[in-house]
Amino acid sequence: MAGAAPYSDERAREIIAAHMGLEGPALPILHALQAEFGHVPESAVKEMAEALNVSRAEMHGVVTFYHDFHREPHGRHTLKICRAESCQSMGAEKLANDFLKKLKLEWGQTTPDGKLTVEAVYCLGLCAHSPSALIDGEPVGCIDMHKLDELAAEARS
Amino acid sequence: MTKIFVPLDMAAVAMGADRLATAIAKEAAARGESVQIIRNGSRGMLWLEPLVEVETSAGRIGYGPVSVKDVTALFDAGFLKGGAHPLSIGKVDDHSWMKRQNRITFARCGIIDPLSISEYEAHGGGAGLARALQIGPAATIEEVTKSGLRGRGGAGFPTGIKWKTVADAPADRRYVVVNADEGDSGTFADRMIMEGDPLSLIEGMIICGYAINGSKGYVYLRSEYPQAAKVYQAAIDVARKAGWLGNNVRGSGFKFDIELRIGAGAYVCGEETSLLESLEGKRGIVRAKPPLPAHEGLFGKPTVVNNVLSMATIPMIMEKGAQHYADLGVGRSRGTMPLQIAGNVKYGGLFETDFGIPLGEIINDIAGGTRSGRPVRAVQCGGPLGAYVPVSLFDLPFDYEAFAAKDSLIGHGGLVVFDDTIDMSWMARFGMEFCAIESCGKCTPCRLGSTRGIETIDKIRAGQDVESNIDLLKDLCHTMKFGSLCALGGFAPYPVESALRHFPEDFHKPALEAAAE
Repeated sequence: MAGAAPYSDERAREIIAAHMGLEGPALPILHALQAEFGHVPESAVKEMAEALNVSRAEMHGVVTFYHDFHREPHGRHTLKICRAESCQSMGAEKLANDFLKKLKLEWGQTTPDGKLTVEAVYCLGLCAHSPSALIDGEPVGCIDMHKLDELAAEARS
Repeated sequence: MTKIFVPLDMAAVAMGADRLATAIAKEAAARGESVQIIRNGSRGMLWLEPLVEVETSAGRIGYGPVSVKDVTALFDAGFLKGGAHPLSIGKVDDHSWMKRQNRITFARCGIIDPLSISEYEAHGGGAGLARALQIGPAATIEEVTKSGLRGRGGAGFPTGIKWKTVADAPADRRYVVVNADEGDSGTFADRMIMEGDPLSLIEGMIICGYAINGSKGYVYLRSEYPQAAKVYQAAIDVARKAGWLGNNVRGSGFKFDIELRIGAGAYVCGEETSLLESLEGKRGIVRAKPPLPAHEGLFGKPTVVNNVLSMATIPMIMEKGAQHYADLGVGRSRGTMPLQIAGNVKYGGLFETDFGIPLGEIINDIAGGTRSGRPVRAVQCGGPLGAYVPVSLFDLPFDYEAFAAKDSLIGHGGLVVFDDTIDMSWMARFGMEFCAIESCGKCTPCRLGSTRGIETIDKIRAGQDVESNIDLLKDLCHTMKFGSLCALGGFAPYPVESALRHFPEDFHKPALEAAAE
């Protein structure tokens, strides 16, 4: 994600503390940590376990259960391409495979320049504009190879 | 001052609505025209997005789909006065797509400014809550029960009975939880309501909280819907400022507040017990039932878990009375269903209508057939866990029981259309793959069955012992259906079995052909 801050335990503790008033604060904290640092590093998981008074194993289980949280930094930009049924009805599977092949990537991988991560997503609710995608959280409908090339070029420029 | 409506709906934004709104404002300023741009929800005619509407003395005139490069020409054509232009669709309310609907849940969506309480009230908003506060909690539950409203998330459980169970459960705290984890492919009604008429969901939750004597509501929204999150959070803030939420709801002395929580990309969290685990900050692992969430839900307290559409329909039921709603529909499917028409269709979008409409009429007539122009082959009804319905069953009326009788489900009302290029054995494989990716891992039939399902379908597709592997696959589906803990593993066999039943030819391709793919 663009503009991620370098990790520090101190900042992680601040973020965690800011959410401790919530009921069941784990997910809001994880989202906030990832928004700040671009990922959820192991040290942050340790801090969380301590603050929430659960074991590190338990906390590790939570972080790794959810597709959204990643342990390593992603590329500068993230492109999520939908591969659910509606998008498949408009040829998304072939489109995505061709695109990944062109970039020499598998789902979830990042381009060697560190600029673009391509992930699969299962439905963006844009099913009347299939196939669809999300670039850094911005929706794009009716994608084709031309549009994907454009998005990739922009992200890697 | 001319009012111009440019939708903020995520589908409109995906087609360039944000850039368009900026371009219109810029062009208007350059021409010295006085305009007010309102970011409304979508009318549901998604193939026309971005659909720009202009308020004129003759009503709201629509233009769509509009792109930035059309803006100059639209101004030249006098669109601020509703002038003629090839993109004009005339008066939006007179469009056949709109006229054929019976909009109850979506009555205001696309019409009002979603974040304006005064417009919300001018269109009937608030009247339902006022009536609930007047008749009291017990009578409110009675009214919801009498309306016949059933959970729109997919399971179709009677909403009033759920509320009563929670209200009657002894507890010091009770929770209202809205399931906005709308993960089914081909569905977007929850998203559209949260972006286009979020106050109706807020009002529904307040009414529910009042009826069950709960003071806290959570909305669990999937992270794939960033726009819905933005708009709904803004609506909560507006409602709080206006005294709809807080320690003294609308001066009644009743205390209620709402918190928006964002999921983290786990499909299974749309299952209610998994959702509750996730809200509590744990892995989204399904709980065994009983106890029902109505008895022991969030943090062990009695909890109403309702879908967005069910909850957003409550204000209208309370405003117009149970009978008004119960009079619509057929059999035990009362009221209306917001259909979401998607996939390979010419006219995709949201179409709210009484239960009972035949499937073929929806696909051929309303949706206009496929976008590719090729013949329709299958329609997946009810999301990734829903059956593939062939054209031969197109006379099936859209209601819970009629679909169940054909081993199908209407689920959350999503319809994904496929043309004749689709390979149904591939889609069956994908159904199993999706289940394997999203399984929470707690029960064996779902966790292992889905992976074995992929392997078995791969063998069938490769032409290996086809007949015995199909038998094995059927047996596996049976085990998953009856042995899984929740609907993910329990319903994942539906697409697979329906593909086998209705499209057997796709599983019997000559091995050579399959190998060449």
